[in-house]
Amino acid sequence: MDRRNFLRAAILAGAAFTVKRSGAMTVLSQNMNAAPAASGAGRFDMVAVMGGEPAAMFRKAITEMGGMGLYVKKGQKVCIKPNIGWDKAPDMAANTNPLLVAEIVRQCLAAGASEVTVFDHTCDDWRKCYANSGIEDAAKKAGAKVVPADQESYYRSVTIPKGKVLKTTKIHEAILNADVWINVPILKNHGGAKMSISMKNLMGIVWDRGFFHKNDLQQCIADISSLDRRPALNVVDAYRMMKTNGPRGRSEADVVSSKALFLSHDMVAVDTAATNFFNQVREMPLSDVGHLARAEALGIGTMKLDKLKIRRVKI
Amino acid sequence: MLRKIRIVVSAVLLTLITLFFLDFAEVLSIDWHILEHLQLVPAVLALNGIIIVALVVLTLLFGRIYCSSLCPLGVYQDVVSRLRKWTMKRKNQKRYKFLPPLNWLRYGFLVVMVGAFVAGLHVLVGLLDPYSAFGRMTVHLLKPLYQAGNNLLFSIFTSFGNHTFYKVGIYLLSVSSLIVALVTLATVSILAWRNGRIYCNTVCPVGTTLGLLSRFSLYQIRFDSSACTLCGSCSRNCKSSCIDFKYMTVDSSRCVTCFNCIDSCKESGLKYRLPRKGERWVQRAGEAPAVSARKKKAAEAAVSPMATPTMATVQSAATPTNEPPARRRFLIAMGVTGVAVARLSAEITLKLGAKKDVKRTRPIMPPGAGNFDRFTELCTSCHLCVAKCPAQVIKPSFLDYGIGGMMQPMMNFDHQFCNYDCTICSEVCPTHALAPLTKEEKHHNQMGVVQLYLENCIVYTDETSCGACSEHCPTQAVHMVPYKDSLTIPEIDQAICVGCGGCEYVCPAKPWKAIFVEGLTAHQTIELEFEEVEEHVVDDFGF
Ligand code: SF4
Ligand code: SF4
Ligand code: SF4
Ligand code: SF4
Repeated sequence: MDRRNFLRAAILAGAAFTVKRSGAMTVLSQNMNAAPAASGAGRFDMVAVMGGEPAAMFRKAITEMGGMGLYVKKGQKVCIKPNIGWDKAPDMAANTNPLLVAEIVRQCLAAGASEVTVFDHTCDDWRKCYANSGIEDAAKKAGAKVVPADQESYYRSVTIPKGKVLKTTKIHEAILNADVWINVPILKNHGGAKMSISMKNLMGIVWDRGFFHKNDLQQCIADISSLDRRPALNVVDAYRMMKTNGPRGRSEADVVSSKALFLSHDMVAVDTAATNFFNQVREMPLSDVGHLARAEALGIGTMKLDKLKIRRVKI
Repeated sequence: MLRKIRIVVSAVLLTLITLFFLDFAEVLSIDWHILEHLQLVPAVLALNGIIIVALVVLTLLFGRIYCSSLCPLGVYQDVVSRLRKWTMKRKNQKRYKFLPPLNWLRYGFLVVMVGAFVAGLHVLVGLLDPYSAFGRMTVHLLKPLYQAGNNLLFSIFTSFGNHTFYKVGIYLLSVSSLIVALVTLATVSILAWRNGRIYCNTVCPVGTTLGLLSRFSLYQIRFDSSACTLCGSCSRNCKSSCIDFKYMTVDSSRCVTCFNCIDSCKESGLKYRLPRKGERWVQRAGEAPAVSARKKKAAEAAVSPMATPTMATVQSAATPTNEPPARRRFLIAMGVTGVAVARLSAEITLKLGAKKDVKRTRPIMPPGAGNFDRFTELCTSCHLCVAKCPAQVIKPSFLDYGIGGMMQPMMNFDHQFCNYDCTICSEVCPTHALAPLTKEEKHHNQMGVVQLYLENCIVYTDETSCGACSEHCPTQAVHMVPYKDSLTIPEIDQAICVGCGGCEYVCPAKPWKAIFVEGLTAHQTIELEFEEVEEHVVDDFGF
């Protein structure tokens, strides 16, 4: 019985509301509801697009992959998790591109999603981040619900069975309540983790980020990525990337216009590819980005890109 | 009519002023801070000439309109009296009577306030300023309720899938300021419940100052001796207890132009008007106008045994210089010791701070404070900045600035840090204790300086990656440099630190943080240099 059928039955029983909000239910459904793409539902393992505007690159990539319908089914609740960590304008490349977020929202709704929520556990004041990143406005206009993430009560405890250091953590209910979620990081250099791409973006779904920094950051990033409820899709925004002083950035000098986008269900693969891409601008050995190898060791994905079916498109 | 206008205007202003304090969601634009700038003590401290002149002229023309409508604490007292009126039985309602002015107290408090300011006991200035007293009551007592109400609405709406509301953190900001707010509330409320505006005419130095002017105001409530029947209704309705109907005089230094008397008089015996020809401009109690024998009789019948007319003589303006010199010296001495103690305690903590302990030894003054002397002299602890900081990082101090600076605001990075682009506190501060900063100025304003104790840092102790501090640093005053293997470890450049506390707030090291911000006695201006923008052409995938 999948979650939807279960819910339907529950609604019939007149208890939909309580069930939806019960933590026990979520833990149950978490395993029943392994994201469809975890098995690699797309036509390719990864699609990489270069040379277009954010929305156009995404449209191209998702079409190549086989369409949004592969990931989002009619009536499903979708959660989109961009990086909205900083009170910065889009051209500073600290947050995911709002145009990309809006396009993904539209595509999800077009594929029949019943609801699309967008959130991030920000570092700066969340209201300023949401507003000044342009994401709140763009996502709302595209039809999404933008929800806050600044209070602990929005989060619920989840166990991470595969985690080595991080064994249990609190995750935002928007992720837990969704049927599918899509991870939309921006490609950035990072002072502590070296790179901030799709796995590092998962730090924005947890409440206690301090635990990560305190207890071997690289391992914790790999651990959180081993979560059962993994993103169906990772869309790496490299329309602009932050080459230095990440993840916050100081000035325009940290930003490179790189006009690329990578799409994959495999977080390790897409982060490896994105790091290689980053290497063209600034040296960043894969081995320095500790969470890549550790995530591979946990069986989350692969760093061996040559074993993968990758579609590269320039537009 | 006048009374109705007064009630509407006062209600609107009180609501707006209170809402501006409470409103954390920026429903009211920040520009509404002008309402706070209109307050007398802040305007005087900020040396805002236009507002001071406007208020003086207003009072000289029309009396204490300020007290009846502009002062939130004054209007609050009217709300309390109104509550009493609604809850008491009808026969108890008309309950005021003429009382002689308590001049030695009135002028005493004014002297205390001026003396405290001169002597550096700023806490007393803040305690006596009505606007600041009201501000603290709102911030410490009402705002938590407002936030809790919001959170309740949030739960209700969110459970129906509506995301209009969001939850806010409610923090206990400061026990001492909470107690002060509670005591103020109790004092003002009890006095208002029992005696109307007695606080305004006995304690409040602003009321006393304006009273010195309103004695001479052009428009005053004046009797019309031909119409008055000496029924005494006006006196019973005067919440300032300033109408001596038997002598048909109104002590205009205490009258807060509420117009209750005019409305209560069935005979139109009182008018708000200019002096007539041959009439005294300044009304003098005890100097009866020509009264017919019939009226005199009625008056005697109505005399309450308490109010002896002879006591009601308005004394000549007792200015501070009339105080006995010994008392003044005492006040000044008291103030000076206060300062000395404060300075001394600051110095002692400074010396202790030389030890390698991760505790701030000097409080961090909020953006725009400039330097310690300037800031503590001007701030009246109204806590508007505390209320308006979107990050809730400003909190009232206890003895951090010394006794004289008690309750004045300081930065606290327990729950958040100061937003790099935000300038709100400096914009709203009505006394200019926090001088307005532009975003550009704020980016270069150093309110504190980062300190790094590597022996506490996780990269050093655990040899694992961290970098949370540098992640949050807007200027990269803390940045990561290569360490063992592929690890990076923080390094600081104090010259470009703005003191925002991002690093301190986020550093996960326990039990002591490895990085924190130390306060400064004077804010500094920093130079920021940025790298050149390089052109990068990326035309391949690289994998
Ligand atoms: S610094 Fe804050 S508390 Fe002091 S006067 Fe200004 S706004 Fe009021
Ligand atoms: S500038 Fe900083 S301290 Fe002042 S209101 Fe803004 S965030 Fe708060
Ligand atoms: S206080 Fe910390 S985060 Fe803020 S500027 Fe200074 S070093 Fe950077
Ligand atoms: S946040 Fe604290 S523990 Fe982490 S790198 Fe910075 S100083 Fe070290």
